[in-house]
Amino acid sequence: MSVFLDKDTTFIVQGITGREAINLTKECLDYGSRVVGGVTPGRKGRKVHGVPVFDTVAQAVENHGGEIDGSIVTVPPGFTKDAVIEAIDNGIKLLVVVTERIPRGDVAEMVEFAEMNDARIIGPNCLGLIVPEVCKMGGIGGPAKDAAKSYKPGVVGVMSRSGGMTTEISSSLSAAGLGVSTAISIGGDPIIGSSYAELMPYFEADEQTKAIVIYSEPGGRMEAQLADWQKEHDSRLPIVAFMAGKFMDDESMKGMNFGHAGTIVEGKEDSAAEKIKRLEAAGIRVVERIDEIPDVVKERISA
Amino acid sequence: MIFYEYEARRIVELAGIPVTKYGFCQTPEEARKIAEEIGGPTVIKSQVLTGGRMKAGGVKFADTPEEAAELAAEILELEINGLMPVGVLVDPKAEVKQEYYASVVWDGNAKKPLMLFSDMGGIDIEQVAEEHPDHVGRGHVSNLMPVGDYEAKQVIAATGVTGSQLTRATPILAKLARLFRENDMILAEINPLAELTDGSFVALDAHLELEAEAEGRQKKLLQQELGIPAGEIRDHYVPSEFEKNVKHLDAADHRGVIQGKDHGFEGNLGLVIGAGGGSLTLTDAVRSQGGKPANYSEIGGNPSVAKACGLAKEVLKKDGVEKIAVMMSIVSNTRVDIVARGVIKACLELGKDPGETIAIFRIPGAWEDEGNKILDHYGVEYCDRTVSLWEAAGRAVAKIQGAS
Amino acid sequence: MSAETMDSVFIDVELDESAASDPELAKKLEEVCPVGIFKATESGTEIVAGQLDECVLCNLCVDAAPEGSLRIVKKYES
Repeated sequence: MSVFLDKDTTFIVQGITGREAINLTKECLDYGSRVVGGVTPGRKGRKVHGVPVFDTVAQAVENHGGEIDGSIVTVPPGFTKDAVIEAIDNGIKLLVVVTERIPRGDVAEMVEFAEMNDARIIGPNCLGLIVPEVCKMGGIGGPAKDAAKSYKPGVVGVMSRSGGMTTEISSSLSAAGLGVSTAISIGGDPIIGSSYAELMPYFEADEQTKAIVIYSEPGGRMEAQLADWQKEHDSRLPIVAFMAGKFMDDESMKGMNFGHAGTIVEGKEDSAAEKIKRLEAAGIRVVERIDEIPDVVKERISA
Repeated sequence: MIFYEYEARRIVELAGIPVTKYGFCQTPEEARKIAEEIGGPTVIKSQVLTGGRMKAGGVKFADTPEEAAELAAEILELEINGLMPVGVLVDPKAEVKQEYYASVVWDGNAKKPLMLFSDMGGIDIEQVAEEHPDHVGRGHVSNLMPVGDYEAKQVIAATGVTGSQLTRATPILAKLARLFRENDMILAEINPLAELTDGSFVALDAHLELEAEAEGRQKKLLQQELGIPAGEIRDHYVPSEFEKNVKHLDAADHRGVIQGKDHGFEGNLGLVIGAGGGSLTLTDAVRSQGGKPANYSEIGGNPSVAKACGLAKEVLKKDGVEKIAVMMSIVSNTRVDIVARGVIKACLELGKDPGETIAIFRIPGAWEDEGNKILDHYGVEYCDRTVSLWEAAGRAVAKIQGAS
Repeated sequence: MSAETMDSVFIDVELDESAASDPELAKKLEEVCPVGIFKATESGTEIVAGQLDECVLCNLCVDAAPEGSLRIVKKYES
C-alpha cells in the first residue's frame, strides 16, 4: 500500500514541451511511472520521449480510452489556474502543480474548485510525490537512478515544505534502514492545495506507514493546524518534526522572506519558536538537528 | 508592492469606498492651495514607506493654509528612519465620533480571504482580538462566488453593531473584500474607519499590499491609475550593496537562481548555500554551533558557472569574511561540478587559494563525481551525503574558529 | 593574481586546424553547443574563451565534429 500512487497510476504532463517538463517526463518514465500523455496547446501530434502530445486534456483522455488519474502541471504562472481547472473538469483527481510564482488568488480559486470536485492539489511550487520503487510523479528525487539512491521503500511518510529537503530527509531515512512509504513535497507557497493536516488521514489509512516526518519553516499557520489535528485524532502514527529557519525569529529579520514565498515571520504565531511550542504540546517531537531524525523515528516507532 | 498612504487612499477611493477630500503635494505652495480648498483645520502627513511617522514628527496639525504650507515645508525636509518623504498628504482634520476597523487578509489554512471587522478601531487589532474577542467579527469569502453584501453585514453584526452604523459600514467592508480579490492584495486594511459627527463613514487611513507575483497583471492599477513606474522596487527596508549586487547578477542571467541577503548578518563565515529549505537549515546549523554567518544565500535551479562564481565573489568581498562554506541539500537539478567550478573560480579571480578559502564543500547529488575531481585538484575539503547538513556546518565553523 | 575575471580555468577545447577552418562545421558547432562556446565566422570556427568554463560536458560538439578532430580537455585532470 501507499498514498495516492500505485503501479497502475496513470498521469499526464500539462506543459510537456517545456524544457523542465521534458526532463521531468523522462525521469518519471525511467522510474517506471505511467505517463500516458502530455498537453501543450498547438503542439498536437508531437511526442516527448514517446509520450503523445495533445492540444487539450479531453483529447488525452480520449486517446487513453478511460479516466486518467493525475496530472503534473508545469505551465507558466499566468496559465496555471486554467490548466488545473481544465484537468479537473476532465475528471482528473490528483494534480501536482510544479509552477512557482502563481498569484495567491489563483491558487485559492483552483483549490476551491478542486474541493468542489473531490480533486486534490499538491503544490504549487512543489516537486511532487514518490512511492519508492513504485511510482514517481514529479521532479522529486531527480533522475530515476538518483531517486533510487535517495528513496528506498519503507515505513516513514515524509511531508515537506521544501522539495530539496524532502530528498535530504528521505535519503537519511533510507540510509538508516527505515525507508520511505510515500514522500510528498507539499510546496513552499503561502497557500497550498494540501497541508500536513489535510494529508494525515491518507497516511493514517496506509498500512505501510508507521511514522511521519515533517519538514517545516516559519510563516503561516499550517503547523498549528497539524498540532490541532493530532490532538483531535490521537493518530496511531508518531510524528517527528524538523523546524528550519529559527534564525528568522530574530527581531532584525522580521517581515523578511527567506527560502520560500511562504516563509515570513509577521506575527508571533508564525515564528519558529511558537510553532515548536505548539507541535510539542500536541505530542509531536521536534528535533533540534536534522541528523537526529532517523534515530528519533526508530525510538518513536518502538515506543 | 507596498503603497504610500496617498496611493492606498486612491485605491480604496477607486473601489467606491468614501474617503475625506485629501490632496497629495510635493511643495509648500501646493499644500497651501489644498488647505484653502479644504477650508478648515488640516493634518499634514509625511508620505514615507516606514512606520513611526507620528513619533518622528511627520504628522502635524494646521489651523490655517499658511500654517499648512509652513508645516509641509518642514515635513518635506524631514528624514524618517533614513528615508526622505516623496511628498505630503493634506487631509481635513476629521471630526470623529467613533473609530472602527475593517480589513481583509488571506487565511492560508482555509485558503480563502478572511474579512475582519471591529468596533474598536484605531488600535492594534491583534490586541483587540486577544482582550475583547467579542468585538471582532470574522468571515471567509469564496474565491469563486461574488462577494455578497450580506457576508460583510454578518461579520459586522457579529460585533453588536446595528442601526445606521451597520448599514453604512456594510458596503465598505464588502467593497474592501472585492478590492482585495480583484486587485490581488495580500493585505487590505482600513484603520481607522471613521464615523464622523455627521454620521458618515470615511476611510481615514488605509494599508494595502499587492502581491509581487501579480504586479504584471495589475499594470492598469499600478501604472495608469497610480502612475508608479514599471519595475519600481519597494522594499520594507533599504537593500544593502551586497543584496543589490546579487539581485543584479541574478537578473542578468536566466540560468538558475541565486539570492543573497545580509540584512542583520555581520559574521566572518560567508555562506554560499542552497536550496530554499537547505539554506534555512544550514544557516541555523551554523549559528547553533557557534558560527557567525556573514550572509544568507540560496542557489537553485542549476545556475551557470558565472552565476555561482558571481555569488561567491560577492560573499567573499564582504567586509570581515574570512572563509566561505559551500553547502546544499542533495541536488538533483543543480549540478555539483558547475557549482564547484563557480566557487573555485571566484577564489582564483580574487587572488585567494580555494583550498584555504573554502572551509567545506558539501553538495551531494547530480554530477558529484565530476565535482569531486575538481575539488581534489584544488585541495578543497568536501564531503558526501553521509555527512549531514548539521555536521558539514559544524566542520565549517570549527575550521574558521581554528583559523582565527 | 588580481584579474577581476578570468577566461578558462577548467575547460579547454582543442580543434584540429583542418576542422577549424571548415565554415560548415563552424555553423554546426555554434548550433549544438548549449553554452555558446563556438562562434561561426567566415574563416571557420572561433572559440569564445569566456564561455569555455560554462561547458556542461554534453559532448554534442564532439559528436558533431569529424571523429577525433575535437577534444574537450578538463584542465583539472592534468
